[in-house]
Amino acid sequence: MDFEFFIQQLINGITLGGVYALIALGYTMVYGIIQLINFAHGEFFAAGGYMGVILISYLASQGLHPYACLAIALVLAMGYCALLAMAVEQLAYKPLRNASRLAALLSALGMSIFLQNGLMLTQGVYDKAYPTEITSGGFHWGLISVSYMQIFIVALTASLLVGLNVLVFKTRIGRAMRATAQDKVMSALVGINSNRIIAVTFAIGAGLAAAAGIMVGLYYGSVSYTMGFVPGIKAFAAAVLGGIGNITGAMIGGLIIGMVEIFAAGYISGEYKDVFAFIILIGVLYFKPTGIMGENVDDTRV
Amino acid sequence: MDDKTPILELKNVVSAYGRIQALKGISLKVYDGEIVSIIGANGAGKSTTLMTICNIVKAVSGDILYKGKRINGVGSDVLPAMGLCQVPEGRRIFPRLTVLENLDMGAFFRTDATGVKEDVERVFDLFPKLRERSRQLGGTLSGGEQQMLAMARALMSRPKVLLLDEPSMGLAPLLVKQIFDIVKEINSQGVTVVLVEQNANLALQAARRGYVLETGNVVMEDDAAKLLANPDIRKAYLGE
Amino acid sequence: MTIRESKKKWLACGVGLLWFLILLWPMLGITPDGLEFGNTLKVFGYVAVAALIIMLFYQVQQAGRLEAAERPLKAVGGAIQAAYEKTPTWMVLAVVFALAVIYPLLTGRYAHDVAIQVLVYVCLGLGLNIVIGLAGLLDLGYIAFYGVGAYTYALMSLHFGLSFWLCLPVSAFFAAIAGCIIGYPTLRMRGDYLAIVTLGFGEIVRIILNNWMALTNGPNGILSIPRPEIFGYSFRSLSSMYYVILGIAIVTIISVYRLNYSRIGRAWEAIREDETAAELMGVNTFLLKLLAYAMGATFAGFAGAFFAARMKFVGPESFTFLESAMVLAMVILGGMGSIPGVILGVLALVALPEVFRELELYRMLVFGGVMTLMMLVRPAGIWPAKRVGRRSEEAE
Ligand SMILES: Nc1ncnc2c1ncn2[C@@H]1O[C@H](COP(=O)(O)OP(=O)(O)O)[C@@H](O)[C@H]1O
Ligand SMILES: [Mg+2]
Repeated sequence: MDFEFFIQQLINGITLGGVYALIALGYTMVYGIIQLINFAHGEFFAAGGYMGVILISYLASQGLHPYACLAIALVLAMGYCALLAMAVEQLAYKPLRNASRLAALLSALGMSIFLQNGLMLTQGVYDKAYPTEITSGGFHWGLISVSYMQIFIVALTASLLVGLNVLVFKTRIGRAMRATAQDKVMSALVGINSNRIIAVTFAIGAGLAAAAGIMVGLYYGSVSYTMGFVPGIKAFAAAVLGGIGNITGAMIGGLIIGMVEIFAAGYISGEYKDVFAFIILIGVLYFKPTGIMGENVDDTRV
Repeated sequence: MDDKTPILELKNVVSAYGRIQALKGISLKVYDGEIVSIIGANGAGKSTTLMTICNIVKAVSGDILYKGKRINGVGSDVLPAMGLCQVPEGRRIFPRLTVLENLDMGAFFRTDATGVKEDVERVFDLFPKLRERSRQLGGTLSGGEQQMLAMARALMSRPKVLLLDEPSMGLAPLLVKQIFDIVKEINSQGVTVVLVEQNANLALQAARRGYVLETGNVVMEDDAAKLLANPDIRKAYLGE
Repeated sequence: MTIRESKKKWLACGVGLLWFLILLWPMLGITPDGLEFGNTLKVFGYVAVAALIIMLFYQVQQAGRLEAAERPLKAVGGAIQAAYEKTPTWMVLAVVFALAVIYPLLTGRYAHDVAIQVLVYVCLGLGLNIVIGLAGLLDLGYIAFYGVGAYTYALMSLHFGLSFWLCLPVSAFFAAIAGCIIGYPTLRMRGDYLAIVTLGFGEIVRIILNNWMALTNGPNGILSIPRPEIFGYSFRSLSSMYYVILGIAIVTIISVYRLNYSRIGRAWEAIREDETAAELMGVNTFLLKLLAYAMGATFAGFAGAFFAARMKFVGPESFTFLESAMVLAMVILGGMGSIPGVILGVLALVALPEVFRELELYRMLVFGGVMTLMMLVRPAGIWPAKRVGRRSEEAE
């Protein structure tokens, strides 16, 4: 029983951790390239969740197969959030490239509040229910149960993470992203348009966050306009835990934060589960600001 | 030769960091195929001159002409494709990219994959040390190797004009000589070179003509040999 | 401005509007009942018209055509400023003070309520101003100290029957302690990490308030908190409470003013401008940052105790991140580091939404937008601090 409970928590932890990892990547890539905590990133995640439910509902009403609905909605929502992120970057961050960090940070915060309330105004203050029946059912072994949804989430997360790694470490654009993060002047001197690369970075991060938003919507059954806030901080904690700017680190950090949250909720206290991620964040920043991956695996920075 | 149009020309170029003027009206000409040396003390504005040519530092006034066309305000990132390429002060190789990736970055704008491959081989022949280290991270190379990598990376863009900022900085004398030999070899293959140096002696020996910069102004320009023979220059920049 | 530049501006405006439309329509127009365009076009229409008007104004102003209209305005503005500068400061202050004192006699209950809100936010804004405006530390969990102050008074008066006047300093003290507890581990961190960590701390405090049933009664909050009393006189009416917060606000203003021009204030400024340099000059940066935190928290503690007494109720929902963001927006809008600026920012962001009641829903949207917009066009705020103001102009 205890062992089964443990395994169950482990499975849930991987599911949630994968979602956090996806969000954390956006933070870490943007921080890696322009040293900005993109407060609005949580809102990209929330917007993705909403776009998912809007599109799935619409497509389902058109009589499409549920899986087709899900696939199309996923792609479109990722694209939508990519556009949203590029607009935010262009409008609120790009003019402040040479301003103080405080100014950029406050601009990001303003955007976060703006987008959150924009979501509220367009989508209403009440939670919006996800049509979870499209992925109902699952496997059971004794007391352990794994829903198809969890399998879907883990599989999708894994493939997105693999895809991102290929993109960043194996392609021309990925090389340009890493070069820009390392030295903006020099990358301009070899012919890289850093503004374009930064826009691409925002788009990729927001796309991943949108995917995470849809998964969270499916997993918990609903989305709300404030849903970006707490997962946003937790994902940032994950990014810091893995060493900010470090892509592999963000993935590992996300998994750890997800695990910690699930296990803390299961074994310690459900009410205070949100506190643990914050404590990890503060602890890491206090004792080891470079994160668990340390400095020596720097080559995985964007 | 002076009646030919220069491949690169600065006319009265002024540029500034914030409100502090670093260049106060620089004029200079570089002709196709030559090595031009810019010498001057620390802080004279040599690096700023190169950065202004590449539009990293914006020119406040004056004209920068490349192949007869005004390039003020042309984005830094499109200049390499036009054949104008800089190896900046301190090399600035990408420390967390491998040597090979660094070279690929040099050819970023190029779409001819086979040509790029050939050029990698070509620069490896020029700098055999780099071939051994091709999978190593740039940041783990020694100073001399980093300088070679920086120059090799620049060559990957097949430049017409190569701007070199203090290639000898911080290198052992033997290495310095090697680097200068390579500069001359690159030049002999048809690349025009603008050589910024504090090591005035070697720079003027390698160059055909030279400019002397002082606090943002050109104070002297002449054939390199004449500058080398000039007692004032010898006193001020060659430590005699 | 050349024709080419202005063409570019219009093009950018057009592309921006198109982009906005692309982002807006899916949110409003895709429904399970089919695709819909009316709503989207309505909202888009408003935004487009507003954008075009702004662009036109901008264009005309750039072309110098507005000068005819601007000149008298500028003249009036200049005259007011000149008059303001010529009148001795004490006179201005005396007039403002007199107005503030007779204000309740001239107005009704609703206006008292708004004025009380304004003054509470003035205390909060000025407290946060110490942290962000003077010391340059971005604190996103500031409202937690307000909460600590409120709960301190609530619990002390209910459990020990202590009077408001005794609890007021105790609340401030507890808030300051909380400031030190939060500040101690965080203040060695880099600036932007500090922001996210204080955000986390603010959340922790709220979660604790929400879940520690035995102490805080959880989400239900604490009810029937007594109003202040003095010599048997109970501050039952709203207008009497107005005078209490007016007093607290005046104390806050004077203290912040004194702090600003003290040696400590100058040291904070040094830290804000260049921490490394300040350290090299022998400023104990860590201690001073901790002090800024504690001082900022102190004023939040005062305001919190008052808030509990005023509402006769405290619950965790009053201390969310959005409240922190609101105070921050006030400070930024008014001008970081500037006392009149912060007061102006509070007035703008509390009073204006009260006037435009029907726009209540858009309040936070506007706050967020204003925060970004200010950073883009006028980072020093509408009434910049003297020193900060000059510097930012130089940077342009
Ligand atoms: N990034 C910068 N910001 C402000 N001032 C600079 C910067 N870089 C150089 N300067 C100033 O511009 C002047 C010229 O510098 P530089 O071009 O680097 O000289 P050189 O390369 O000849 O040593 C110097 O006075 C230097 O202090
Ligand atoms: Mg130099």
